Amino acid sequence: MTKILLYIAVLVLVAVVLSPYLWLFISSISTKADLTKVPLSFFPPKPTFESYSRLFRGGVGVTDAASQFKHAVLNSLAVALVVTFISVFVGSLAAYSLTRFRFKGRDLLNFLVIIPQLLPPIALIIPLYLIIRGLGLLDTKLALVLTYNSFVLPLVVWLMIGHFRSVPVELEEAARIDGCSRIGVLFRIILPLVSPGIAATSIFSFIIAWNEFFYALIFSSTLSSKTLSVLVEEFSSKFGEDYVLMSAGGVLASLPPVVLALVFQRYIVQGLTAGAVKG
Amino acid sequence: MVSSLWERKRVVIFLLLAPALVLIFGLLLYPLGYSFYVSLFDLNLTRPGTRPFVGLGNYLEALVNRQFWSSVSKTVYFAGLTVSVEILVGLAIALLLRQKFYGRGFVRGIVILPWALPTVVNGIMWKWIYNANFGLLNALLFKTGLIDKYQVWLGDAWRALHFVMLANIWKETPVGVLMLLAALEVIPGELYEAASVDGATVWQRFRYITLPLLKPMIFILFIIKTVWAIREFDLIYIVTRGGPAGGTMVLSYLAYLNSFKFFRMSYGSAIAYLIVGIALLLGIPYLLGFRQPREEGV
Repeated sequence: MTKILLYIAVLVLVAVVLSPYLWLFISSISTKADLTKVPLSFFPPKPTFESYSRLFRGGVGVTDAASQFKHAVLNSLAVALVVTFISVFVGSLAAYSLTRFRFKGRDLLNFLVIIPQLLPPIALIIPLYLIIRGLGLLDTKLALVLTYNSFVLPLVVWLMIGHFRSVPVELEEAARIDGCSRIGVLFRIILPLVSPGIAATSIFSFIIAWNEFFYALIFSSTLSSKTLSVLVEEFSSKFGEDYVLMSAGGVLASLPPVVLALVFQRYIVQGLTAGAVKG
Repeated sequence: MVSSLWERKRVVIFLLLAPALVLIFGLLLYPLGYSFYVSLFDLNLTRPGTRPFVGLGNYLEALVNRQFWSSVSKTVYFAGLTVSVEILVGLAIALLLRQKFYGRGFVRGIVILPWALPTVVNGIMWKWIYNANFGLLNALLFKTGLIDKYQVWLGDAWRALHFVMLANIWKETPVGVLMLLAALEVIPGELYEAASVDGATVWQRFRYITLPLLKPMIFILFIIKTVWAIREFDLIYIVTRGGPAGGTMVLSYLAYLNSFKFFRMSYGSAIAYLIVGIALLLGIPYLLGFRQPREEGV
């Protein structure tokens, strides 16, 4: 009896977690006529992947938003990759010195890297907007790359401190006695040892940067910097109500983070429990 | 002599930290200081050239404004209710996922899905599900006979707020589940065995073993999730744009509206600063309790 209740609870959980997303996918392989039929048939009689090919290749009745799709994918990819690279590189060096050395101001810096977790984005977006506008960088990918570091970098430092902690100090001391320089120790001994941690942190950074919406909404406006997040939102508001294309765009935008999170689940859970990261 | 320079601790520390310090200063500390400075003036981008000094005028304007307080109460209500539900449901799911059942690995795997979904996709997905004419929610409830005609779920202020909250709960619950699950894993099994030997019921074991040991994690979750809920913007922008009739006008949206729709940068900054104040006040226990454990350096 308890077994049956257990399986019922599990089924309910699976249904609640999967069905909204499944519905988005089903909508993306339907036709507009299928979706606007009342009563709804819940599954299209003739599923079609036409919406996906329209997003990439264009075709009849493609809206303005759809023709921007490829550009937005490339913008999102470029911004997320560059931000990840800068943050992980700069953040790892900083995290290492915060872990291994004792110096004045260390506690303050440790404290500073948690603050962004608590800051409402709007508090940074207003001044950053004024600064970027003053520099003439509005609507550039550079502006996004720079500003995304404001939330990705502290997160990287925070996560990497945990990874560096797990390397025993004795290893470093041994290498130092063998005549390795301080920088040599870091690059030859420590970084190879924490490479799984670096991989995990990079995946995290990429997902967070890819998923970002608010900064991109304010700082980008045209194809030259518009990210996929901003474009997908426009599908649901600006460009009429093409539910099929909107759903296909949504599914595609969610694929990289969803696939990464499912494949590297163990890393993600580790990072979440170490730093509590808002998605 | 180069090599001995590299050996100097101060030099090494400086070189390792410098790039991060530059970025943190330029992207975090300077902007925060700048926005406080801006909040003391009356900077309006539709009126270039003038920006009179008003001191704390913008803060006072917010504090005597009815819309601001209505926004505060919506934000507090939004945060309080979503966080409570997320933690209660999260705890129930975490306990469920501790049981042994067929396919547990798969179920634990998919729980991460809502977390990984971009907020934008979460937003358009629920907006589509709530759609008044063709939405899945209407179709399902109509088919099962729970409603006799299609409803406009986002049509009135009170209802819209709750449906946005539901979408938020769906997205935010998994983080809690995973963190609670991690906390549950480290409770030693012997405790439960000993309790069973002493004749403790399932409820007693939960009440006197599980719950006390989970308390620190629940506390952390409560703080951090409340701070996240207070700063929520994306979902509200996407699903309701703060409407209808200001029904979902939470503080972040109010600050956005004033800064980027009315171009009142100073007033927007002042509101943003008031949100920062609330967030830090709540976040201080988190900051003190959740720092990486101290370790001696060389």
